[in-house]
Amino acid sequence: MSNTKYILGSFADPDDMMHGIEKLQANNISIYDCFTPMPIHGIEAKLGVKPSRLPIAAFVFGALGTCLGFSLLYYTMAHDWPMNVGGKPSLPLPNFVPVTFEVTILLCALGMVATFFFRNHLFPGRTPRVMDLRASDDRFIIAVDAHENTDHALVESLLTDAGAVEVKYNERKYVSYE
Amino acid sequence: MGTHNHHHDYNFSEKFQFAGIAKILSLVGIAVGIIAIVMGLISSDHIMVERTYANLLLMGYYFTCVCAAGAFFVALQMVTQSGWSAGLLRIPQAMAGVLPIASIILLIIVGLGLTSHNLYHHWNADGLTDPNSPAYDKLVAGKSAFLNVPGFLIRQIIFMGSYSIFAFVLTKLSYKEDLEGGLNSYKRSFKLSAIFLVIFGFTTPIWSFDTIMSLEAHWFSTMFGWYNFAAMWVSGIAAIVVIVILVKKAGYLAWVNENHLHDLGKLMFGFSIFWTYVWFAQFMLIWYSNIPEETVYFYKRWEPEYKPWFWLSIIINFVAPLLLLVDRDAKRKNGMMLFVAILLLCGHWLDYYIMIMPGTVESHRGFGFIEIGTAIGFVGLFTFLVMSKLSKHPLAPKNHPFMDESLNHQI
Repeated sequence: MSNTKYILGSFADPDDMMHGIEKLQANNISIYDCFTPMPIHGIEAKLGVKPSRLPIAAFVFGALGTCLGFSLLYYTMAHDWPMNVGGKPSLPLPNFVPVTFEVTILLCALGMVATFFFRNHLFPGRTPRVMDLRASDDRFIIAVDAHENTDHALVESLLTDAGAVEVKYNERKYVSYE
Repeated sequence: MGTHNHHHDYNFSEKFQFAGIAKILSLVGIAVGIIAIVMGLISSDHIMVERTYANLLLMGYYFTCVCAAGAFFVALQMVTQSGWSAGLLRIPQAMAGVLPIASIILLIIVGLGLTSHNLYHHWNADGLTDPNSPAYDKLVAGKSAFLNVPGFLIRQIIFMGSYSIFAFVLTKLSYKEDLEGGLNSYKRSFKLSAIFLVIFGFTTPIWSFDTIMSLEAHWFSTMFGWYNFAAMWVSGIAAIVVIVILVKKAGYLAWVNENHLHDLGKLMFGFSIFWTYVWFAQFMLIWYSNIPEETVYFYKRWEPEYKPWFWLSIIINFVAPLLLLVDRDAKRKNGMMLFVAILLLCGHWLDYYIMIMPGTVESHRGFGFIEIGTAIGFVGLFTFLVMSKLSKHPLAPKNHPFMDESLNHQI
């Protein structure tokens, strides 16, 4: 048993990479993940990636913002020191709409950014998790788990057939920690 | 893109056949409308005549707005260099192509309404601007430098005329592109669209001030123009959605799929929220400041005969799309999108109804054969004209530079 953890196929062209995915899938080789310097339309469907759960986080943060915004207004305008502005009732709901709305949007947006950063290990001070440094530059990477797919020669030949310019055998998952 | 070009076997030269049940229904609709309008106009009851004029204005304005939104849609796609919409552009183009006819119909309606004093009687009546007359109205007299019959008609002609010319030229260029290919048509469309958007953006508020806001000439709101623009844009997108889904159901537009519908759904959803935003901004400022000359607008709509409709409009145009379209999957389903689009088209009829009726027929509001018949008549006319226009040209702009992007659109 080799120490190889992941086999990476490095492609110079996105079409070749998509072709490589098809070839691996046709041979029942499971693909761990793909890394590309730009979004590729249709790649999620091809890899069977589940839809993002970010909208759930957005809803939760938005609902939190609604509650906080309304509580702030209710406490300051109606509870702690009831205010009479223009002869309106001290709980003027139409006036609460803009601020509540803005706080909802603010917390929703900030919460989504924070969730995204947290999920992708992108907080300042955290080492980013990168499997191939050129995936953010000019290479399209297919990563195959070497323990799940033991026929390494087949993986390499399929990747090379599809047009991979380089096939790497990595003993560490993330090269960015080195 | 070309990352995963599948081989497409679409027939882009295919034309829509406007025949059979659709054509018969649209002609029946026009007949119903003519009967309702003639019955209303020859009525001996003055209130009925006034009500018919108010309904003609409502549907004439709505019809023109939806067609103008078609032209706006085409211009916006050009200026933003959008690729996703290229495959379905022929539908807003057909709507834009009907804009000249819609404009003429609206011009006839406002012209007859002015001369018969059935519309705009708040500022167009004898003696309102004459200081020696008992009917003298200082506020209307003060506005008469802008709000007078020749000025009103000249502005209507200039505004709708310029929109119609741009709509005509933009559609013409796209049809020319089918035959000639190349980028010449696209580049010219881009420039013309940019000019059109600037003109359209600055003049539609003034157009709605004239056509609708002046029905209650004492009252004014600077939000009114954007409020009307939002209503126009939402109903225009809803009309595009209805036509796309029905034409697709009839077996055409194979290249338009749920991804394109999803984008149209996002526009419909987003601009329904925008409509509410503008509606609420206008309402809240007036409610909060509580100045009598401003609150009169909402006071009238708060009377028992309008209040339920006033709230119903908010439910249909805001709550319904918010709850029904917030889900991603909902925007990708033909049935749900068709239902919400038709609901929004009815909702914005009600929106215009609440804008127009309190200033024209006031307490003699009605909802009966005249309202429904006029609406059916104009829907029939819209269907007949737009579908006839659509059937004259191929259903896809096959030489559009972003056609390939539209075919591969995926979200």
